[in-house]
Amino acid sequence: MQLAVWTYEGPPHVGAMRVATSMRGVHYVLHAPQGDTYADLLFTMIERRRQRPPVTYTTFQARDLGTDTAALFRDAVISAYDRFKPELMLVGSSCTAELIQDDPGGLAEAIGLPIPVVALELPSYQRKEHWGAAETFLAIVKKMCGRLQPATERKPGPPRANILGPTALGFRHRDDLAEITALLGRLGITINVTAPLGASPADIARLPDADFNIVLYPETGDDAARWLEKKFGQPTIRTVPLGVNATSAFVAEVAALAGVDASGVLADRDSNMPWWSRSVDSTYLTGKRVFVFGDATHAIAAARVARDELGFEVAGLGCYNREFAREMRAAAELYGVEPLITDDHLAVEERITELQPELVLGTQMERHIAKRLGIPCAVISSPAHVQDFPARHSPQMGFEGANVLFDDWVHPLAMGLEEHLLAMFRDDFEFHDDVGASHLGPTAFAPQREDPPAPDGRWTKEAEAELRKIPFFVRGKARRNTEAFALAEGRSSIDLATLYDAKAHHGR
Amino acid sequence: MSAAAPAAAERPILRERGQREVFCGLTGIVWLHRKMPDAFFLVVGSRTCAHLLQSAAGVMIFAEPRFATAIIEERDLAGMADLDEELDRTVSRLLERRPEIATLFLVGSCPSEVIKLDLARAAVRLGSTRPQVRFLAYSGSGIETTFTEGEDACLAAMVPVLPQAAPDAASLVIVGALPDIVEDQFARLFAEIGIDNVAFLPGRSVRDLPPVGPGTRYLLAQPFLGTTAQALEERGAVRIPAPFPFGAEGTAAWAGAAAAAFGIEELALRRAIAPARERAKRALERYRPALAGKTVFFMPDSQLEVPLARFLASELGMVPIEIGTPFLHRAHLAEELALLPAAVTVSEGQDVERQLDRVRAARPDLTVCGLGLANPLEAEGLATKWSIELVFSPIHGFEQAGDLAELFARPLRRRDVLRV
Repeated sequence: MQLAVWTYEGPPHVGAMRVATSMRGVHYVLHAPQGDTYADLLFTMIERRRQRPPVTYTTFQARDLGTDTAALFRDAVISAYDRFKPELMLVGSSCTAELIQDDPGGLAEAIGLPIPVVALELPSYQRKEHWGAAETFLAIVKKMCGRLQPATERKPGPPRANILGPTALGFRHRDDLAEITALLGRLGITINVTAPLGASPADIARLPDADFNIVLYPETGDDAARWLEKKFGQPTIRTVPLGVNATSAFVAEVAALAGVDASGVLADRDSNMPWWSRSVDSTYLTGKRVFVFGDATHAIAAARVARDELGFEVAGLGCYNREFAREMRAAAELYGVEPLITDDHLAVEERITELQPELVLGTQMERHIAKRLGIPCAVISSPAHVQDFPARHSPQMGFEGANVLFDDWVHPLAMGLEEHLLAMFRDDFEFHDDVGASHLGPTAFAPQREDPPAPDGRWTKEAEAELRKIPFFVRGKARRNTEAFALAEGRSSIDLATLYDAKAHHGR
Repeated sequence: MSAAAPAAAERPILRERGQREVFCGLTGIVWLHRKMPDAFFLVVGSRTCAHLLQSAAGVMIFAEPRFATAIIEERDLAGMADLDEELDRTVSRLLERRPEIATLFLVGSCPSEVIKLDLARAAVRLGSTRPQVRFLAYSGSGIETTFTEGEDACLAAMVPVLPQAAPDAASLVIVGALPDIVEDQFARLFAEIGIDNVAFLPGRSVRDLPPVGPGTRYLLAQPFLGTTAQALEERGAVRIPAPFPFGAEGTAAWAGAAAAAFGIEELALRRAIAPARERAKRALERYRPALAGKTVFFMPDSQLEVPLARFLASELGMVPIEIGTPFLHRAHLAEELALLPAAVTVSEGQDVERQLDRVRAARPDLTVCGLGLANPLEAEGLATKWSIELVFSPIHGFEQAGDLAELFARPLRRRDVLRV
């Protein structure tokens, strides 16, 4: 039994949902109780998707357990097929249904739907979200490509690559894809299929047509890439293009594999980042101590960019996905730090508190930790919240991605000259240790301060006490409104009734 | 009320069974742990439960919240004896970390119910070796509870430990978690009406529980408290039937029912509530032009649907098309059902796809629905109000009547102001 307050990853069936939601023509029938439908809001609220995830939940209840939950599942599959007419159906259990052992795979098989049905076995009490996504993607690839044979002859045309790994709810996957697709285009390489994001089951069946695979997100895409490598002999590019140097290495590798000339792209890297980092204004970034945590891929890359491309010092490094522990240990060795491989956010908080870094690069969990500790923070990895799905194009990968990394990581810090002023005038009412960087606004660190006392004795004790119950961020407004109202009404004292009369008067 | 409404018993109810798109009872922890600062909620469940709690309400602003999940793992499922030991070990670890915990709720989940982990027994066992902590148990599982029913189960679990009231002590207990500011307003309101012995369940402290006994009258502040009401009746308390305190008239009728039960004269009641009631009416008047005549469709969510639809229809002139509710407590809602317009469909349970077909066919001016459905409906051109906000905001009583109307008016106003 594990004691958890927050979790970095959801259960594995949420990973399966991410794959189903990424794709076109796929429907997922999930044997699950009603509460599990909360997962829809991850996609519709956090990622602001316009459609509900293509998931039907059986939502069995306690009273069904004694009777026939299997029949409930069967009916759900049949009506989901009739209503949504998918090209491929995923079936499986959430944690609770796993315990009642209804065998969704067997039940769905017995119905004899005229489409491929993929039965998912995702052990909820052992595995987590990323594993579930990788496993689901692999299962779909096997289902659609398992019976195909490697081509004896290459189809004519320019070099073709598949991009593997991007999913719904991925951290900046949408923008990374646009960036990397354009970069490959400049190299003269055609994208054969991008999957799972945006792919249909028929597209999956075309994966073997590519000359090679590019794994942008190993957490979700590498299992499928390894299977494709083995079955169809497709080589795999595993360099993840995060940062200027890694993007250049990625371009060189891809070019070598595809037999195209990369010199034009490498000569004109189209990135401001190296110069922004070398310009004198950035001098103050030198040696800033940074703590990095996230999924292994993003954390390892961020540490490299932080040290080599921004001149920070990596004070701590870790990841929450144990599946990549080996890679993380190797990376931590480069910086001479003890790797922190844990999904216990309290352990992460402890490490950050102990290290007292000047900048935290992490997930939304670290953002909260950093906020409490008053340390600037930028988000580099999922899990992420709604503000990490920006309206603008904001990739992390490629040369433009490197520009974004510079901006996103430097922005939370106090700016160069301001940092000096902070040090010089510690007790200045505007520039002091308790406030955040001035360009982030007065609530950057949201220190909770009491209002100054009422300017005169007009407020009765009760009314003043009531005013304090109003949240601090609207309290000032409520107070001003009430005083203006009292003045206009010619009331000499502000009692509870006046407070609420004013509230009714001003509305909202 | 303009249209003559049929009696509650005659009103046909559309009952549906199919996929439900609702939260489970665990979600109640999100507001219960804020309401009772000296209590801690330990969910015994799966990673899904923990993920739900952090996703459902975006509550990650709390440094270390007063709830956690004991995540059952593969090796725990091997045998029940191990599971008991594991639970004891997890609780010990929690209490070491949080020695200030005085009341610990063990909260059952779908997995713990399916493997028949007896948390009530575990509470007794844990309490016997840790006398400084009170252990209580309830189920917030999705196979048994829908969203707000988790609060019902929690409060029902507290009823047996409420102190015994003196046999001749007449008291009023307001039942249902209310924001502190609303609790204070109601306390003042009843004092002005002339009812002195008023307590709240839950109050702000689990240490300070209201006594209950045959002299206790209780007034429900929330419509989803069937099990709690039953538990109170078993202790001898008597329910005061009333509509729920939403809007100027709803609150007046609610407070009035209590006043009548305590023998307060009509005139004294009117005098006591007049200023606040007038304020509420004035506040509502501002929203009437925006809302009157607009149609509204409630998807089932919190069981607040019937009283809220009544408020919107009778105090703001909105036109409810369908009022979906996960469960319809006919006795507790009798007064509300009688006040509903005759033409509206009341539906209980859910088949979400069919219900969405009805929404699309009716194209209501406003659809009240959960977070999973809101953006997809907006993308289809339908204005929505996320229902969870109705559970997380202060909406009860005279002073919040305008705020409650604002919650429904804002999505419509937003569509009017946007030029993009």
